[in-house]
Amino acid sequence: MIESPLAPSRAAVPRGQVLRRGLLANPLLLVGGGLVLLIAIVAIFAPLLAPLPGDAGTATHPFTVLQPPSAAHLFGADQVGRDILSRVIYGTRVSPVIAAVVLVIACAIGVPLGVVAGYLGGWLDELIMRVTDVFLAFPPLLLALALAAVLPASLTSVTIAIAAAWWPWYTRLIRGQAASVAGRPHVEACQVLGVSRFRIIFRHILPNSITPLLVQVPLDVGGVILTASALSFLGLGAQDPVPDWGLMTAEGQSYFTPDWWLVVFPGLAILLTAFAFNLLGDGLRDLLDPRRSFT
Amino acid sequence: MLVFVARRISLAILVIAGVIVVTFVVAHVVPGDPAATWAGPHATAAQITQARRFLGLNRPLPVQLVSYLGGIAAGNLGTSIHTHRPVLSDIATAAPATLELVITALLLAITFGVPLGLASARRPGRPADQVIRAGSILAASMPVFWMALILQLIFSQRLHVLPAAGQYSPGLLFTHPLLKRTGSPVIDALIAGNWPMLGSSLTHLILPVVVVAAFPAGLIARLVRAQVLDTIGDMHILNARALGFGERQIFSRFAMKQAWIPVSAEVALLFGYSLVNTFLVESTFDWPGLGSYAAASTTTLDTPAILGVTLFVAIAYVLANLAVDIVQAAIDPRIRLR
Amino acid sequence: MSTGPADTGRPTDTARLAISDLKISLGHREVVVSITDLRLDHAEIVGLAGESGSGKSLTTLAILGLAHTIGASVSGSIMLDGRELTGLAPQALREIRGRRIAAIFQSPSTAFSPVHRVGTVMTMALRWHGSARSEAADRAAQAMRQVMLSPDLMRRYPSQLSGGQLQRVAIALAVALRAEVLLADEPTSALDVTVQAEVLDLLRDLRDCDGMSVLFISHDLAVVAELCDRVAVMRQGMIVEQGQTSRVLSAPASPYTAELLESVPKLPSRG
Repeated sequence: MIESPLAPSRAAVPRGQVLRRGLLANPLLLVGGGLVLLIAIVAIFAPLLAPLPGDAGTATHPFTVLQPPSAAHLFGADQVGRDILSRVIYGTRVSPVIAAVVLVIACAIGVPLGVVAGYLGGWLDELIMRVTDVFLAFPPLLLALALAAVLPASLTSVTIAIAAAWWPWYTRLIRGQAASVAGRPHVEACQVLGVSRFRIIFRHILPNSITPLLVQVPLDVGGVILTASALSFLGLGAQDPVPDWGLMTAEGQSYFTPDWWLVVFPGLAILLTAFAFNLLGDGLRDLLDPRRSFT
Repeated sequence: MLVFVARRISLAILVIAGVIVVTFVVAHVVPGDPAATWAGPHATAAQITQARRFLGLNRPLPVQLVSYLGGIAAGNLGTSIHTHRPVLSDIATAAPATLELVITALLLAITFGVPLGLASARRPGRPADQVIRAGSILAASMPVFWMALILQLIFSQRLHVLPAAGQYSPGLLFTHPLLKRTGSPVIDALIAGNWPMLGSSLTHLILPVVVVAAFPAGLIARLVRAQVLDTIGDMHILNARALGFGERQIFSRFAMKQAWIPVSAEVALLFGYSLVNTFLVESTFDWPGLGSYAAASTTTLDTPAILGVTLFVAIAYVLANLAVDIVQAAIDPRIRLR
Repeated sequence: MSTGPADTGRPTDTARLAISDLKISLGHREVVVSITDLRLDHAEIVGLAGESGSGKSLTTLAILGLAHTIGASVSGSIMLDGRELTGLAPQALREIRGRRIAAIFQSPSTAFSPVHRVGTVMTMALRWHGSARSEAADRAAQAMRQVMLSPDLMRRYPSQLSGGQLQRVAIALAVALRAEVLLADEPTSALDVTVQAEVLDLLRDLRDCDGMSVLFISHDLAVVAELCDRVAVMRQGMIVEQGQTSRVLSAPASPYTAELLESVPKLPSRG
């Protein structure tokens, strides 16, 4: 989790002109958005862009093992001779996808719990929030790490582990918002009129409570990508031959520092991807949070 | 104030209890067989069954949990399957090095992050601001494990200005032996007046500390900027200006004092975050701390050790948050009255 | 009752604060405030009356030299005791702000930093303007007594004081700094009527005992009638009428003033 939940709870629904003006005046958003678009394009067109697509898989080239960057291999070759550029390109299909799945799961768990706790209140609220508090007592990476350590090493395990560590943040965020929405006059009016709780939740509470998520989720993508690559670096996630950047960095460690290209390029990819999403998230937050138009 | 502190402490104890339960449950989802690991690769089936009984792993889970809780109350965190030493003593040996690293890193992060954030807030939208913001976001996007390797490459390998690994030059142990008192070479050397050792341990501290401090510094700078810009529109700032205070005072004394509240909360979060980051960094620098211990434990699936480290870090995190809560209440009287 | 200058327009050299041809523009828009002539004499309370949005608060900011903080630009002349303020260097302006021209605003509860004790802010301001540490503490305590507050209250945080008390602390600050001019922007609008009366009494005392010049900005004509020696009526950035309060309010020359008077609720006379 990049940001503590303290920061984004003031997101508001954007008005049309704020969006239009903001898009142009916000360099972070433009650069971030542009980079993210670039990454998406690379991911989609990977087979066309990668010089040796097969190297993202199980290909082995004994005769090009550990070759430094050259015209043939722009990013050099790894310990089994695979083209690092191609593997880095295919890596764009791994990290962002994991991040997306993690965040979807985290929302799927966190949002209902938050809405229920915030709207229904009472002992249910207490119970959910105490459990959430205990989960939040762990630094995010720690819980994910502990879980990933006990599950069989794979990308699926990493996804589950991170999602399990991430949902409490959203529960807490949504719960606060839901509680305040529940107190609004029009909701009380609905209750008095006898509208079913179910309908109130779906038509009033839910749509109005998820606005903080619009800011928080894009901000979190970078954090999830970093966490996932850290877990793969520790050997708890992707296994060979998956072209995961964290795994590539870990594998390259043994040949560091002479064969530096095995470590530098995959890590650079992680950095740029996280940077792109963080810029985008920050830019979006500037846009959607009306108290922050300071550029 | 006392009531507030008492309430907070009892809450923290409850949370720690929950943390222990969760950690225990997580660690026992393990698919591997800890008894087999403990008994060693050449153990017979009979020996493994014996081991299981010895380690208490054949009892039902709730019983194991209660016995574990009892053990914790007595100060016993179990025995490491890998090192065969009590986990608590392993942690006690490794903790000082990590704490030295993390605390120094956080201090560095605050020292750089706060002024940068203030500078950014004073000229919002201008080039200096954009650069600092971009830099902060970059620092927050850096994979720690990669940064450690890269800095090692540049400063140690290529430029030869900083040492690559270890807490101090091993050779110095012979010429200037260090008496281990607190576990932190820097403090021990300072107390003993052992200057060569002090110098060596300080230079060895630089690279790991910079790596661990980068993310917190970036985050603190961004938070300070956001908080100060938030406050700067407040009426009391207008009043302060009307009183004749200069811009520098307005930002550093009025706006910043309020900002310390969310910043200190963030520092607590960053303490926990950084403790875990050491898991990714210590092996690279041969830093004999919890990080190396944890990394080794995950590789060998040493359940009691993983459990112990997770507990230690989580409890340290809870305590850090508690400390910050109390500091916040001391700064802002409104918090005490809630 | 002060024997200040006669009705509008006649320039006098005794004016403490003299504003002429003041034009304030916001951003790229045209002139939002245009004041040809407004004066504040020694020991007098001048009311600046008008509805919200008429530019009263902007004028306050301009006099303090703080118009730029909301993106407004100022042209014209603002003279304090014959010294031109517009175009003055920031350093010089900082010496004047607080020390010679003080200001209090509408919402006393937000006037002070919530994380500082009010006494700390007071002594900080005094020391900023040159007092030694012990002198600052003494002057602050003395000022508190002058506004009928116990100096013990200086140890409190703003959240621990009432609106009326906070407004009086704000006035105490101006007194402690020995300001000559007090700009009071709707200082009683957020207060109860009884508390309001106390603050108004205080302002009168400052005028009579300390010779302070007060610019009292308010949308409430009833209060203006009660307190101010002279009044200027402002509408859409311009002064439509000014003169002795009794004259302006009983026989308004401008139709707008007449309109404003109409909207003041009148209590039915008893018996």
